[in-house]
Amino acid sequence: MSPKPLNNTKKGKTMKSPRLRLSHRRTASGALALITIGALAALSGCASTDQSASDTAATFSPVAQDNTSEITVWADSTRLPAVQAYQKLNPDVKMNIVTYDGSADGSTYLQTKVQLFDRTGSGWPDVVFGSPTDVTWASQPTTAGSVPFAAPLDEGLVDQSTLDNFAKGSLTPCEFDGHTYCLRNDIAQVVLWYNKALMDQWGYQVPTTWEEYEALGVKVGQEHPGYLVGAVGDTNSQESYFWSSQCPAQQLQDDGTLRVALQDTNCTRMASLLDNLIAAKSVTTQGFFSQGFDGSKVLMANGPSWYGQYLFNSAFNTPAGQIAAANPLKWDGESDAYTGNVGGGVWMVSSHSKNLAASTALTKWLTTSDANLQSAPTYPAYTPGATTWLANPANSSYFADDISGPFETAANQVWTGWSNTKFSDATAWSSVVLPAITAGKTLTETLPAWQSAIVNEAQSVGYTVTTK
Amino acid sequence: MTTLEADRLATTIGIKPSRRRGVPRRRPGRAGLTGYLFVSGYTLFLIAFGIVPTGYAIYLAFTNDRGQFTGLGQFIKVVQDYRFAPAFFNIFVYLVMWLVLVIVVTVVVAVILRARMRPGLAAAFRFVYYIPGALAGVASVLVWLFMLDPAVSPASGLLRAMGLESFAAVLAPANLPVILVLIAFWTGAGGWIVVMYGALNNIPDEVLEAARMDGAGPWKAAWHIQIPMIRKWIVYMAILAFAAGTQLFVEPQLLQTASLGRVSSTWSPNQLAYVYAFQYGDFNGAAAISLFLLALGLIVAAILVSRSGLFKVDDE
Repeated sequence: MSPKPLNNTKKGKTMKSPRLRLSHRRTASGALALITIGALAALSGCASTDQSASDTAATFSPVAQDNTSEITVWADSTRLPAVQAYQKLNPDVKMNIVTYDGSADGSTYLQTKVQLFDRTGSGWPDVVFGSPTDVTWASQPTTAGSVPFAAPLDEGLVDQSTLDNFAKGSLTPCEFDGHTYCLRNDIAQVVLWYNKALMDQWGYQVPTTWEEYEALGVKVGQEHPGYLVGAVGDTNSQESYFWSSQCPAQQLQDDGTLRVALQDTNCTRMASLLDNLIAAKSVTTQGFFSQGFDGSKVLMANGPSWYGQYLFNSAFNTPAGQIAAANPLKWDGESDAYTGNVGGGVWMVSSHSKNLAASTALTKWLTTSDANLQSAPTYPAYTPGATTWLANPANSSYFADDISGPFETAANQVWTGWSNTKFSDATAWSSVVLPAITAGKTLTETLPAWQSAIVNEAQSVGYTVTTK
Repeated sequence: MTTLEADRLATTIGIKPSRRRGVPRRRPGRAGLTGYLFVSGYTLFLIAFGIVPTGYAIYLAFTNDRGQFTGLGQFIKVVQDYRFAPAFFNIFVYLVMWLVLVIVVTVVVAVILRARMRPGLAAAFRFVYYIPGALAGVASVLVWLFMLDPAVSPASGLLRAMGLESFAAVLAPANLPVILVLIAFWTGAGGWIVVMYGALNNIPDEVLEAARMDGAGPWKAAWHIQIPMIRKWIVYMAILAFAAGTQLFVEPQLLQTASLGRVSSTWSPNQLAYVYAFQYGDFNGAAAISLFLLALGLIVAAILVSRSGLFKVDDE
């Protein structure tokens, strides 16, 4: 009692003279496939599959202006209060404030949306907060015939004297083809953070070189197991460590090629230093910002200026009066110290804005006014604003020591060889290096995989890469 | 419903079988018109949201953004992309695990529910299995993000016992297919269990009774009678599950965001197409990738349909 016999008879019916039919069919389909492949092969390469790009920089011509029209502002949650404060001070300006991820951690949300707005021809926000990476595409047309999203601010929107007041090099990510497409919100120079209370209690000296840092890290691993001198598991740890080590991970050359050379000694020395400290268990492969991280065990952290308020005060709830900052570390035998930069957002004005006056006024207020900058959540890129910021006791009272010295020193020591590229440096680090070290591999043995991930990504967005 | 069953139903609810014969025969012409009316709504949507976009994708895949014909150029371009092979390999591993799991488990569960359980209890179980399916893809991923983070998961003990101490460790590249299969199975299997149960219900009791009298135990009956008789439903499920599986997008995309980039943003082919379209503005390349998925789905469906005789109409 099974349906098998039924099946067999059915099969029998369709299988009449199977050989003949099969061979016929095979010949026919084979011939068809050959013809198709032949035809398509002949036709392939008719036209380039490259995306069209206009070589000539389109001159900026504003759309018809209406100084009373509403402006749409996209900001991340950190910058939201500042935008809201502006709205409160200027109730006449009609503003539509939207919160989004602010291009953090390599997000491409803004780029995705602008692509679509370029296609539909409407919907662009007037003012956006973004990352320096965003400016690389926002200063170029996304498709043939489209206008670059970012308006050139040096063309009658912002005075040259204002632009000149930004910290040296801080507007470099904004500059393309001789124009300035954004105003830098903050710089995130890397300093050495440490818990002064613990260091004093244990009688440790604050290191001034990487070699001292490594030695102290090994010592901490032995004398105070569980305490940490660093973490490499965040999406931006490579900027704190490898950028500070002057590692040529993505160095734009004068001829326009991109140098990716992770076997350079500037990279390998940092990789082996971190590997040693990971082995000594005083550097964790977890991220400072991962869920449930115990901040009370952090003795030192080489990280950006915003670690003070964001990491120690907000995320770790470390009591006031314990945390201090020191100058960036240098390597033995090198005369100058260099440091990295972790983030530092920018503000862009849309070239499609119907109300450039209001948009520019907001952008200027956000990036240059003392009213905003004195209590800004991060270290201002606008030099007079940074002075005001440092003078505000609210920004320094939390710390055990005066932070202005290290902050100002580090701001001038950011290594310029880590270029602002069309791709985010977070992608390869997060998707290739972090899973590998989480699985227990060393950084030194992961360098080749990291290198090829950066090379692949760079080539996919059009860079010519050199690995020498 | 077979004639036999209909007759039995008619008898049990007190209608004489003879009355059924008095029903006027359908007139082919009118039935045709009604048929067209019934399918018209679906057809319109199919054309607007299925056929026209497919045609547009085919057009895009053979042209560039200036509308010039490029032959196979776009296909060659995307195949050479360094992310193409890994994405298709990822989806292949995922599909093998997902198809085996969904086919074996749903059929086994449906057979058990049908044969070994009181109808009331079976209904309750079907309902329970179906509940997760009511959550949309995004919501189910969020549920699993909590389940899989040892810091907050109610099953953190289990995760730690497996040596997974942190969310980052859970999201190791090798674990991703398993995680995505878990999510897909949890949300998708319930619906298929209900369908398979319905298919099993279509088998006349007489057949199973006869099997019992011939000495077939429940497992033999399931293996030799029930499963062969619902083979077409299983093939149908395989085709749809395969097509849905190749289009995996929401789950890895959300994991990518939630893991702060530890999961690649081009893990699945659909994600790669998304990057092409919305990050590079290269809709032509994206269309070429989508045609690969279309071809893959069509080939597998054609093999399954021809091998199983899915659309063969039984002679009455």
